[in-house]
Amino acid sequence: MRRQDFPILQEEMNGSPLVYLDNAATTQKPALVLHAMDAYYRTSNANVHRAAHGLADEATRAYEGARDRLRHFINAAHREEIIFTSGTTASINLLAATLGSRLGRGDRILITELEHHSNIVPWQLLAERTGASLIAARVTESGDVDLDDFHKKLQPAPAIVAFGHVSNALGSVHPIAGMIRAARDAGAITVIDGAQALAHLPVDVQALGCDFYAGSAHKMYGPTGTGLLYGRRELLEALPPWQGGGEMIEEVTLTGSTWNALPYKFEAGTPNIAGVIGFGAAIEFLEGLSWDDVRSHEQRLISRCVAELRQMPEVRLVGEPAERAGVVSFLVEGSHPHDIGTLLDQQGVAVRTGHHCAMPLMTCLGVPGTVRASFGLYNSDDDVDRFVTALRKSLTFI
Amino acid sequence: MSTLEEIRESFSFFDDWEDKYRFIIDLGRELPQMPEDQKRDENLVRGCQSQVWLTATFDPDDRLHLTMDSDAHIVRGLIAIVLAAYDGQPRTSVSGIDIEGLFDELDLMKHLSPTRGNGLKAMIGRIRSLSAS
Repeated sequence: MRRQDFPILQEEMNGSPLVYLDNAATTQKPALVLHAMDAYYRTSNANVHRAAHGLADEATRAYEGARDRLRHFINAAHREEIIFTSGTTASINLLAATLGSRLGRGDRILITELEHHSNIVPWQLLAERTGASLIAARVTESGDVDLDDFHKKLQPAPAIVAFGHVSNALGSVHPIAGMIRAARDAGAITVIDGAQALAHLPVDVQALGCDFYAGSAHKMYGPTGTGLLYGRRELLEALPPWQGGGEMIEEVTLTGSTWNALPYKFEAGTPNIAGVIGFGAAIEFLEGLSWDDVRSHEQRLISRCVAELRQMPEVRLVGEPAERAGVVSFLVEGSHPHDIGTLLDQQGVAVRTGHHCAMPLMTCLGVPGTVRASFGLYNSDDDVDRFVTALRKSLTFI
Repeated sequence: MSTLEEIRESFSFFDDWEDKYRFIIDLGRELPQMPEDQKRDENLVRGCQSQVWLTATFDPDDRLHLTMDSDAHIVRGLIAIVLAAYDGQPRTSVSGIDIEGLFDELDLMKHLSPTRGNGLKAMIGRIRSLSAS
């Protein structure tokens, strides 16, 4: 759907249209996003918030307009609960840096074995710094979170519980509403890595009841270098600032400073203005679609892909989760994922191979990595068929 | 094991990617496997996508002898090309070997780019620094 809105998908690679199945790494950008960013630089480039001139007003309106769109998109209660960052990784690092003052020796941070390195390493660093310990709920053979183990590890209560909404490596959609409820009942702060969810599922942070939710614009049809951190207002207000600099201060003297109000307290320095404006345009694009249409289209492609892969005796699906979004991961017997990725690439099919920045998960599943085909809303039945044909041909090489 | 001349000659006959990659995979099949006990961490370069092992020794004539392996077929084939270029060369010649030029000539340069994460580029760096020391 909406393929015609994406200029790059009109281009040919080696004489045939590119089959782009690496959407979990980054999505392509619709013309609406490209135009919004181009127009900002052409007609309203100025630094936001500070100047008294008209151009700055225009830039500030566009930048803050994106915040309003984001607030509506994830149904945050207040616009100042939306912090712009450079991406999910920065959002989680911001939290790991600022939540540290609440942690001490003996405290626990609970994650799951399915996490992306971005939702592991910042917590590892925090644990090292504070003497806290990092523990992980187990993954089941199907690639879901082992909920019994998760619940067991909520006692004694961890200070922080952080987990993904959708697994980037396997596509598993975790039952996060129940997990958040259980973690909050135990008294933990909840942090959700939504990088792989926001392009595929409606997200309502108030209904979920999470404390924090992080995402990246470039995985939801927006530009790179821009992301989101949602946080409940009272928590954000209680946290110390992260980076210091311009914009985030109220008053600076040589003996001390006071902090600007939310959300600016967490947006030090000149922000990625063009990126945020592009992010806003991506949200406008997504809000022009129906989630039912997006979800049913993507689910149909994934079902078709999974059904075809099941027909091939050499292929083993890695992860068969209860609910899937965006991703199909698999291995081919007798070959390495890198071989399959290289042979598919030769045929104009872009997939991802390797550990998908989830090395602990690969170790738990006992695989060296996987081949990952990941879908976006512009992919078509034809893309699935061409991928399957190219894969069948690749199998003849091995 | 194919020599560099044989590899160059075979490549000159390929007119599509399929023949070329079937040949690379065959080169990989012919490559002797590294004994498992040598596949130790200190001999390993971990790429994002595949791994490469390397041991290098110099004989009494100060010629380089390499044993290399990978967990991926295509990377093993590329290793066979690397070995054809380096194995048995005098230490003093190693820095002068233009492996990038060779891969460029064979239209395989993308496999040496740092973004492919197959460990091969780092491995060539290791061969060069071992020979310089």
